[in-house]
Amino acid sequence: MAFIRFADRPAFRNPWAEFERIRQGLDELSRSYVDKGKVQSRANVYPALNIYEEADRVIVTAELPGVKAEDLELSIEGDTLTLQGKRDSRLSEAGVSYHRREIESGSFSRAVALPIKVDSEHVGAKLNNGILTITLMKASELTPRQIKVTAE
Amino acid sequence: MTEQELKIQEKKTAPPNGETTKTETYFAPHVDIFETEKDVTVIADMPGVSPEGIDLSLEDNILTIQGHRPLQQQTGRLILEEYESGQYMRRFTVAETIDQDNIEASLADGVLKVRLPKVGPAQPKKIEVKIG
Repeated sequence: MAFIRFADRPAFRNPWAEFERIRQGLDELSRSYVDKGKVQSRANVYPALNIYEEADRVIVTAELPGVKAEDLELSIEGDTLTLQGKRDSRLSEAGVSYHRREIESGSFSRAVALPIKVDSEHVGAKLNNGILTITLMKASELTPRQIKVTAE
Repeated sequence: MTEQELKIQEKKTAPPNGETTKTETYFAPHVDIFETEKDVTVIADMPGVSPEGIDLSLEDNILTIQGHRPLQQQTGRLILEEYESGQYMRRFTVAETIDQDNIEASLADGVLKVRLPKVGPAQPKKIEVKIG
């Protein structure tokens, strides 16, 4: 005698569920292509930036050798992050003859539109050995929130 | 004041000595080299390297600058990648005679400064020939 368990019966079929599944699959596929191909966007404004997204924050890093913390100015307005600063490394001593000059000095200014809404009140930035790391907390409505399940 | 706009300089990869076992990228840091009557100074951009990661050597008139940095694994999803980070390595042939014992190096804001003091021209030594 065959038993048919209740759970074996097909649940109510959602006609959109299949589409959702396909969409997720495509999203996954395109994401893995991006990771593998390492789409390196060539920046044409100094400094070059790397941006990472974590669950609750966005991290922006830049290599800024020779830029002192006091010469660096950061500001955030809405979702536009602006980096400004200058680098001055020239020596103007007499009797100095240059053999190689590859390091440039000057000023820079770059504004980036952040792809994610951030909380402009909670921004941290540090400059360590020429690497600038800016940590921006995501806007509170975008951070994943744990929902506690209470047993009754 | 003529303020120049800083431009992005392309990072050039430096070929390491032979093949490496680890898949690490070596970049040739950008340098300024200048000379005064007393010394030769090399300034190299090495962002991300801490003083402990610097490895300097002068052997057979070849100055080797190496910068090792721990490659921190950034967690999270990469949204934008405009630069790559790696180790640093560059070699120079130094034409002058350098006082090897008095080489000074300092690191500030990711910029390495190496001062190589010159040695005055060696006094020609007179060799006396004895008659015997």
